Amino acid sequence: MIHVAVIDYGMGNLHSVAKALQHAPVATRIEVTHDHRVIRQADHVVLPGVGAIRDCMGEIRRLGIDKIVAEVVDQGTPLLAVCVGLQALMRFSEENQGVAGLNLLPGDVKFFGATLSGAGNGERLKVPHMGWNQVAQVADHPLWRGIVPNSRFYFVHSYYVQADSPDLVAGRCVYGIPFAAALARANIFAVQFHPEKSQRAGLTLYENFLAWDGRV
Amino acid sequence: MSLAKRIIPCLDVDNGRVVKGVKFVAIRDAGDPVEIARRYDEQGADELTFLDITASSDNRQTLVQVVEQVAGQVFIPLTVGGGIRNTDDIRRLLNAGADKVSINTAAVSNPDFVQQAAEKFGSQCIVVAIDTKKVSPAGQAGRWEIFTHGGRKATGLDAVEWARRMVSFGAGEILLTSMDRDGTKSGFDLGVTRAIAEAVSVPVIASGGVGTLDHLVEGILQGHADAVLAASIFHFGEFTIEQAKQRMQQAGIEVRL
Repeated sequence: MIHVAVIDYGMGNLHSVAKALQHAPVATRIEVTHDHRVIRQADHVVLPGVGAIRDCMGEIRRLGIDKIVAEVVDQGTPLLAVCVGLQALMRFSEENQGVAGLNLLPGDVKFFGATLSGAGNGERLKVPHMGWNQVAQVADHPLWRGIVPNSRFYFVHSYYVQADSPDLVAGRCVYGIPFAAALARANIFAVQFHPEKSQRAGLTLYENFLAWDGRV
Repeated sequence: MSLAKRIIPCLDVDNGRVVKGVKFVAIRDAGDPVEIARRYDEQGADELTFLDITASSDNRQTLVQVVEQVAGQVFIPLTVGGGIRNTDDIRRLLNAGADKVSINTAAVSNPDFVQQAAEKFGSQCIVVAIDTKKVSPAGQAGRWEIFTHGGRKATGLDAVEWARRMVSFGAGEILLTSMDRDGTKSGFDLGVTRAIAEAVSVPVIASGGVGTLDHLVEGILQGHADAVLAASIFHFGEFTIEQAKQRMQQAGIEVRL
């Protein structure tokens, strides 16, 4: 029985994350929680998030999620961060006039901008980046196992992560500009897209996460 | 490598069953929503939209249960609309597993509601549905207005201005329906689709009038929509989502296959 803590800090719909984890063909006990004790003892931890970063960081700090996430990262628990969960792990976000993040991964979160255009045809690109885009698996990682290279995943975001080093980037996507769709370091795997809304490829990623021991 | 244009089957749900009407008169029962949702997911639908056309509040609870069941089995984005009036309605649907909610009449009667909803839940889950009719005479520059109550009630609001205003209030996406075309199978109103798609910074879903696969292609290439929504051509087995995507791909449109 794999015990998974899905961290609940009051932002957004965690049910779809929990349902996607439940769908995996392994026995799991999934708790949607902000109880530090439960998170500390979990075999796997998921940090989801939707909405504006200032509100997210506000709740993360109010509930002490910043401390417990740093703790589980230190103790080697496999951690999957999703969407704003990924952005929260970074150093700084441009959103909401600038918000400091958890600084667990080196890099910043930037706005796509109002004048984004497609390479080649010059088509104006809409923001948010919403829909299914291809992710190039630029680093070998246990979480990509069984997922066809350049599979499409579902994105919805207006801000993107720029990592300090390409060594951190496990998946790359292009929307007007190239950006990090997945970051990986030690026991952290963090994705900008929503695997829980990305049909087969996304469910495979959750299955891989449940099978992962946090080592690369 | 770029973002795929989306195909979104729409399920009109009345008292827990999928129905499809012509010009808002429900006529044909198209089946069980969970079963239909699973079929579209298998065929490669990019998202699903459920529109609750039930009149009574008792039956609205039925839709929440439908959303719950679908969300446990289908792992693509789900949008739910119809009769959403307050933030409690939104919370209930998001908790049931919806990813986005579509606000229509309530946006017209109380535009601030869109702003409140976007602030509370984030723009990414707030779709504003706008129902339009052409009001300019043939041969003149196009002008479209917003109509409510299934196209029966004029509001006098200019559709392009309204779409811009809804985006400034926090709408993350616009679901644009031509009431002139809805149920007619004569194709999208490409004029209003293009006018609004070019006027706003957020994605626009074209809806109303799809009768052939080429209509879907036109919505993207001529209407400049980011996504196309259709109901009856899929419900009664005329075409599969896969066939629609193949046709779009042949026309040079990026799709998820």
